Amino acid sequence: MSLIESLPRVRALRAPRTDGLIPWIVPVAIVLIWQIACVTGFVSERVLPAPTEVAKAAWRLLLSGELERNIWVSFWRAGVGFLIGGGIGFAFGLANGLSELSGKLTDTTLQMVRNVPHLALIPLVILWFGIDEAAKLFLVALGVFFPIYLNTLHGIRTVDPHLVEMGRIYGMGDGELFRRVIFPGALPSIFVGLRFALGIMWLTLIVAETIAASSGLGYMAMQAREFMQTDVVVLSILIYALLGKLADSASRALERLTLAWHPAFRKA
Amino acid sequence: MQEALRFDSSAAEPVRRDYLEQADVTRRQVKAAGRGLALTIRGLRKSFGDNDVLRGVDLHVPSGQFVAIVGRSGCGKSTLLRLVAGLERPDAGTISFGEETRREDIRVMFQEPRLLPWARVLGNVEVGLGRDRVSTDAKARAAQSLVEVGLDNKRDQWPAELSGGQKQRVALARALVSHPRVLAFDEPLGALDALTRISMQQLLERVWRDQGFTAILVTHDVGEAVALADRVLLIEDGCVAQDVRVDLRRPRQRGSADLAALEGSILRELLRGGDLRSDK
Repeated sequence: MSLIESLPRVRALRAPRTDGLIPWIVPVAIVLIWQIACVTGFVSERVLPAPTEVAKAAWRLLLSGELERNIWVSFWRAGVGFLIGGGIGFAFGLANGLSELSGKLTDTTLQMVRNVPHLALIPLVILWFGIDEAAKLFLVALGVFFPIYLNTLHGIRTVDPHLVEMGRIYGMGDGELFRRVIFPGALPSIFVGLRFALGIMWLTLIVAETIAASSGLGYMAMQAREFMQTDVVVLSILIYALLGKLADSASRALERLTLAWHPAFRKA
Repeated sequence: MQEALRFDSSAAEPVRRDYLEQADVTRRQVKAAGRGLALTIRGLRKSFGDNDVLRGVDLHVPSGQFVAIVGRSGCGKSTLLRLVAGLERPDAGTISFGEETRREDIRVMFQEPRLLPWARVLGNVEVGLGRDRVSTDAKARAAQSLVEVGLDNKRDQWPAELSGGQKQRVALARALVSHPRVLAFDEPLGALDALTRISMQQLLERVWRDQGFTAILVTHDVGEAVALADRVLLIEDGCVAQDVRVDLRRPRQRGSADLAALEGSILRELLRGGDLRSDK
């Protein structure tokens, strides 16, 4: 009875926001089916603990401070590695896009290095850095470098030469031409690189932490595996998904903010 | 100078008087008359590789004249315009405007509007101010220029939201905002539909009469050339093959017999040149 009474009110509240809720229908449904499958015994606890069990594990780790610490460690590694690798990639992309000499000098070398899968360097990186922070930062930075580099370079090289000529005709100097024409023109491509890089950033970090680390989310998952704590393993995986989604949303928001002029990003 | 006087007394003068009689003449517009720079070209040559595009062009354009340049594709008319605008360097010969010019004095309008997609309409017009972009009245001047092309209601829109004709009008406002003394048009209406073209032609004629700049229009449309210009130059094989005066009163009636006759004779000339070349 109470459910029926409250129905119209709920609908009235949600009506204007339904568009934002549609993407969440599928994840919520999956969690529900998962819970039902576990409760009814269709799926064994050993294979996949129920969402409520995962939530309990999260609460337990949160109280002990382990979860926050590991998330923070991973987040820090991802961020710093991203800034270093992305920064260098962006700088090379700019230099090689703007200067023919710089492009001739370094592009071929970078393209050769690019074809080495950076995760294949893990054994070497462990020999060099041990399982220190530097190892993870190095791998993340290396992984992030190439998508940012390639897309920045591509963005700058494909800026409409007509617009560059127009800028010159209207008396723009090098600095102004870069600020008003070249950089905004390269921005959509740079964002493509950014989103690729964010994906690679998490992937690299997780692999590196799983193989060689004494803290972080990847380490937490590997540790839990040793003690058969399936709930913690599943929790780690869910946190990866959430962090990945968060990074993607952040870059999308930035994209919408800076590319408001672009027909593809204008709200219908 | 002799030539300039002749033009002022015959073709250009009635135009100005006719125009001054109109009610909405402001002081700025009166001052505008005679602002255009005279253009003198001597022995101009330009080649790209083995291709001699211009083979010695001599030309004098008096201050404030509207010159149209027609010719087949690849005849060098666009190259001539790019040389005048300072976008290319000549291999030989000189281009002079009779006095010191600033970059802001000579503006070009292209077939593509070349607007910055990431700047709003007003910001795009501000680009045209050149070094004055940073001045405090930049926005006001850009807005005024938009009023002149009738787009002041679009100032806060993105270029992607405008139609082709509107984009070209923004490009015109950008070219006009620095009050240039020579305005070069490189087929600015080539990509527009027929009706938009006609209204753009009327707009070009109006701003030319308002501001008094010297106009050089490169076009492949002979009808457009005779409708707008005081003088039509026909370029063939890298030289000025014909120099035709258009002594018709403005505003000219599109589709009138005079215009059609003139257009026909220039077209015949163009086609004849082509036949001769293919006979060779």
